[in-house]
Amino acid sequence: MKKSQSLKDPLNIILAGVGGQGNVMASRVLANMLSIKGHKITIGETFGMSQRGGSVMSHIRVSDTSTWSPQIPKGRADILIALEPIEALRVMRIYGNPDVKVLVNTRPIHPVGVIAGDFDYPSLETIQKALSALTPNVWMLDATDEAMKLGNPILSNIIMIGAVVGLNLLPLGAVEFKAAIRNFFPEKLLSVNQQAFEIGRNKVMQ
Amino acid sequence: MSRLIEEKEGFPAVLMGNEAIARGALEAGVDVAAGYPGTPSSEIVENLSKVAKERKLYVEWSTNEKVSLEVAAAASFANLRALCAMKQNGVNVASDFLLHLAGSGTRGSLVLVACDDPGALSSVNEGESRHFARLVEVPLLEPADFQEAKDMTKWAFELSEELKTLVMIRSVTRMSHASGNVKYGRLPEKKAKASFRFDGPFLDSQTGPVISFPVDYKHKIIHEKLKKAREIFESSPFNTYEGPKKPELLILTSSVCTLYTREAIHLLGAEKRVGVLKLGTTWPLPPKLVKKHLSMTDKILIVEEVIPFMEETVKILAAEEAREIGIKTFYGKNDGTLPMTGELNPDIVIAALSKILNIPYQAMAPEFEKKVEAATASLAPNRELTFCPGCPHRASFWSIHSALQMDNRKGFVCGDIGCYGMGFFPCGFNVIKILHSMGSGLGLASGFGKLDAFGMDQPVLAVCGDSTFYHAELPPLVNAIHNRANVTLLILDNSGTAMTGFQPHPGLDVNAMGEEVPAVDIAGICKTMGAKVEIGDPFDQQETRRAINRLMEEEGVKVLILRQSCALSPEKKNKKKFEMRVEQSRCIGDECSCNRLCTRIFKCPGLVWDKEKKKSQIDEVICAGCGFCTAICPAGAIVKKEAVN
Repeated sequence: MKKSQSLKDPLNIILAGVGGQGNVMASRVLANMLSIKGHKITIGETFGMSQRGGSVMSHIRVSDTSTWSPQIPKGRADILIALEPIEALRVMRIYGNPDVKVLVNTRPIHPVGVIAGDFDYPSLETIQKALSALTPNVWMLDATDEAMKLGNPILSNIIMIGAVVGLNLLPLGAVEFKAAIRNFFPEKLLSVNQQAFEIGRNKVMQ
Repeated sequence: MSRLIEEKEGFPAVLMGNEAIARGALEAGVDVAAGYPGTPSSEIVENLSKVAKERKLYVEWSTNEKVSLEVAAAASFANLRALCAMKQNGVNVASDFLLHLAGSGTRGSLVLVACDDPGALSSVNEGESRHFARLVEVPLLEPADFQEAKDMTKWAFELSEELKTLVMIRSVTRMSHASGNVKYGRLPEKKAKASFRFDGPFLDSQTGPVISFPVDYKHKIIHEKLKKAREIFESSPFNTYEGPKKPELLILTSSVCTLYTREAIHLLGAEKRVGVLKLGTTWPLPPKLVKKHLSMTDKILIVEEVIPFMEETVKILAAEEAREIGIKTFYGKNDGTLPMTGELNPDIVIAALSKILNIPYQAMAPEFEKKVEAATASLAPNRELTFCPGCPHRASFWSIHSALQMDNRKGFVCGDIGCYGMGFFPCGFNVIKILHSMGSGLGLASGFGKLDAFGMDQPVLAVCGDSTFYHAELPPLVNAIHNRANVTLLILDNSGTAMTGFQPHPGLDVNAMGEEVPAVDIAGICKTMGAKVEIGDPFDQQETRRAINRLMEEEGVKVLILRQSCALSPEKKNKKKFEMRVEQSRCIGDECSCNRLCTRIFKCPGLVWDKEKKKSQIDEVICAGCGFCTAICPAGAIVKKEAVN
């Protein structure tokens, strides 16, 4: 459990998505990878009242000294991983700053208000433009499409973690991933998760 | 094996607050654990149930919180160590027994973990359980981080055994559902033997009969125990001070608010000006310790959630000691420095500190804030509450709504607590018009159902879930039948306590520990009590609607059980019954007189409106394949095909 390099302390990661996308699992896997590296971890989760379809957000605090608030203060996100495009915008409004690094899954999940025709869902182009106006560090990835090729859209969450590692946003690698998923998935699901991780990592390194 | 017990002493784990509490109980050698599921408390009993065999525990999901506390107390009276866990509303339910339990005292250790939900993140209230500790007069502990959640739970067992009283631990959502580092302690050998003694002297609660009577005598004993608790709390390691010797401002805080406070001080760079007295033992307060710290300065801020609980007890103490410690200026909830409602966060504490200490703070550079407003304005529409794709409740409420419309006598539904409470919102077509606590839907319906004598001619309906039925519907059901109220009760039976994660309930043939148990039949109970009972499938739209209309015409108490398991239940999850498709040639889109019934009104997230084609579509990633929507399309454009799994 050696620390490879020192990080900003505390380092603030936000994982945002929609209920049902495996947001909580992704945050636990990622936090576990950081813990394996010897960092102290605090995870706060907000998932609201509905099981599916609501905005879901995990706050991960990484530190070498102490436990931090499970809610990140406003404007203080360092890394934002959005499993759904407009969730990236929602998080930026409260936790954004000019230095935040943003990784976005491009697959939209329409809020019921959009389905009902009360609101419009912005085009992906509009979303990317809006994000890029705020920070130069924006990456878009079609993780759900890749996950469906693997047979299950939920794997998009692990593909996104692979991409975080591929983009070198955190000092983590396949070793930590392999060790972490053993704590969360049964034996029979390890290889497909491993595949998803590699797809995410390779896609952003191309 | 559960990761809660497979690692050795000293293992550095990352645990959820609730897991840490469960681990603490295991390290204390807990024998019996009981509770009723409720967010954010469920994972405590759930995690203990997973290790019941290995750690020689008896774990149960009881029918309600009061029964669970009675089950745990029985273990204590038989000299075992017991834990009981529930959400804040549960303490209200258990409170009648709780008051008498404080009076009778305990034998083996008994710990009640109450998980509050400041901000009502998954509740319909942000009620407090802390005042129950003061009301019934038992010691109250509040952990401030994950290590403490474990260590404090273990200590609570020891304290209970020493004082022979129930000890209450109060957690909150941001502690129970957050995760952090915990170092494991030792798991003890287990060799407890249960036996209930009652042959001792009448007044000896350890060997004689157990009762809160004679009240005068037993109430005095409670106060002797509290006196001892105060003395122990004076030197508790869970009460800590960090900061300068003579701070300009002293903050008293507890629970997760400690972490918000530390963050606020750090971001304002106020470490040299502010001292923090973090209290883990929040009732009764250790007077000498608090007095010593109040003497350090004249300005005091109290940071806590939700009601000004500590604020009041600290102010009383300060008034009593004013001659010695001087007059203080208090900041907190009463003077408006902190909000009286809702949960706190670091920014709210920063704002309070920034005002008191006169340190300017900006969460975002104004320029960036303007930019982010401009760039994202109206681009991120809210995600309003909705039922999951494939949820049988959406189907049930659709049929209830249709039945009420056809009946046309301004009928309404009394709601209850569960996912189906969202029938209050557009996702349930707003059919629920009144909603309170568990079981209150049918109790209210029983009352409304007697108002015909005063000219009320509206049909009265009530809904409840299967787990809720066992929890709190039996007394109001008896009441409605006995008093000849006119009520139609719809039991939305989705085969488990779905909202909190499929904990088993008495209607199932398996218990919390995975053992086979007799299932208690809802239909049989209702019939025996004297209600007319029908059973239906909510996914059969036509028959469900007809049944509701038929029953609404009849007098007395009628029960319709709508049975279809939850879309997220282990047997259904990720398995589509049907492949769904919108036949594009049949969907005439905007031209159809239905005015987009499927996406505008029905609004299942699995159906989306294709703006370019101006037709409805199935989102194959979201759709759960329940097949219900075929029944709502007047053009018959939504078609289903048996899926191959």
